[in-house]
Amino acid sequence: MTLLVAGLLASEPKCYSKSVNEWFCFDYVRDRSDEITEATTTHVQITVAAVALGLLIAFPLALVARRLPRLESTVLGFSTFLYTVPSLALLPLLVPLTGLTKTTVVIGLGLYCLTILVRALLDGLRSVPADVREAATGLGYGPTRLLLKVELPLALPVIMAGLRVATVSTVALTTIGTVVSEGGLGKLIADGKSTQFNAELMTGAVLCVLLALVLDVLIVVTQRGLTPWTRGVRA
Amino acid sequence: MGDVFSFLLDGESWTRDGGLREQLVQQLLLTGTALVLALAVGLPLALWLGHLGRFGFLAINVSNIGRAIPTFALLALLARFSWPGSGEFGPYGRAGLATLLALLLFALPPIITQSYVGVREVPAEAKEAARGMGMSGTQQFWRVELPLSLPLVMSGVRLALVQIWATATIAALVGGPGLGNVIRLGFANTDRRSQGIAGALLVALVALVLELLAAWLQRAVDPLPPSGGRAGSRTGRRRMSPLTSKVSAAVDSDD
Repeated sequence: MTLLVAGLLASEPKCYSKSVNEWFCFDYVRDRSDEITEATTTHVQITVAAVALGLLIAFPLALVARRLPRLESTVLGFSTFLYTVPSLALLPLLVPLTGLTKTTVVIGLGLYCLTILVRALLDGLRSVPADVREAATGLGYGPTRLLLKVELPLALPVIMAGLRVATVSTVALTTIGTVVSEGGLGKLIADGKSTQFNAELMTGAVLCVLLALVLDVLIVVTQRGLTPWTRGVRA
Repeated sequence: MGDVFSFLLDGESWTRDGGLREQLVQQLLLTGTALVLALAVGLPLALWLGHLGRFGFLAINVSNIGRAIPTFALLALLARFSWPGSGEFGPYGRAGLATLLALLLFALPPIITQSYVGVREVPAEAKEAARGMGMSGTQQFWRVELPLSLPLVMSGVRLALVQIWATATIAALVGGPGLGNVIRLGFANTDRRSQGIAGALLVALVALVLELLAAWLQRAVDPLPPSGGRAGSRTGRRRMSPLTSKVSAAVDSDD
């Protein structure tokens, strides 16, 4: 009797086998954990690198736009122009320049966050009250020290809000990277779709959304830590 | 790059079965249908909520959630589910229903958020003056709130259009119709790489044309066009920029 039960249990197909093909299957997550971890790691790497690159380009652009109002519409127009190009078109257009590499994906997605980041930086710097700036100048702050010690900290809430939007959308867009080289979790989604492997497809999709939420929460927590004075002001 | 242009300039690549023209027409049809559907569903809802001044958290958060869901994942799931699935759907081709549904879902957030904010941001004095003139709630909506909110409503439509066109391109990755197929096939075979790049170029060009059309329309419906004065034109431009309010909406929703 026990032998029979054991035999039945052994022959029962796993929830991700072709005949069952369940959408949610923990056995799949456990058995393929290496593959899933690798895809998630790549996804995080690409996202973080892309947003960092976006910030790196957006910062000088925002400073130039603020210093020279005449260039503002040019800078904003350029970043909006990039945002208009669909991600699936932008990445292939970069391939002749950087090849079928992860770099292409990072550059493409980095350019993509520019619209949000440049505007957030500009709006943030503009939100600094003029009298605070004046007081700092009166205290003998030079332009660089004013920017780093007064303006940037005060602009942080608005900048971080932009950073959240940029990060969350970059996590989602990273999946498209699969077409030209690597797309992290996008690989699971693409594989799952083409091989009709439901558990793989669903796991990739769910992890993507979870990753976006986790990174979002991380940024909020960082911001709370960096700007203790905003706590309790807005109930 | 030479191959890219010779492919684009060759009449044969446009006219043959499954060629550029067929894919372009199909994607434009999808985009148009999705935009009309999204407007029919989203506009009345958002404008009404904005008029009532309630459920603001819903209108704002809907776009935050929409951003976190990868278009690729949603398309793949919809096409894989038994409904809507990847069957033929009228003139929209394979996986047409799944694609339309995904386009609709991604077009709604910008339309709802911007329209809601647009109606909410109508100056209180204007509304008060309308009430003082004896307008009813309905008259106030049609004659004051709606015209004054049109620029923001249109910026939502503009964002939705960009989003729909981008998502419609991705539909090809899950077996759907549209120009994304040219890109997908180009990157699946090494010897067709230049065709893939040509497809990407075409998709980008059409996106820019659509964006320019929408921007022109947005200016055309503004009841208070930016005046000649420098200060005036500045505030006008800032008020119309869709992403500024998107970012500030994100700030507001942060409790």
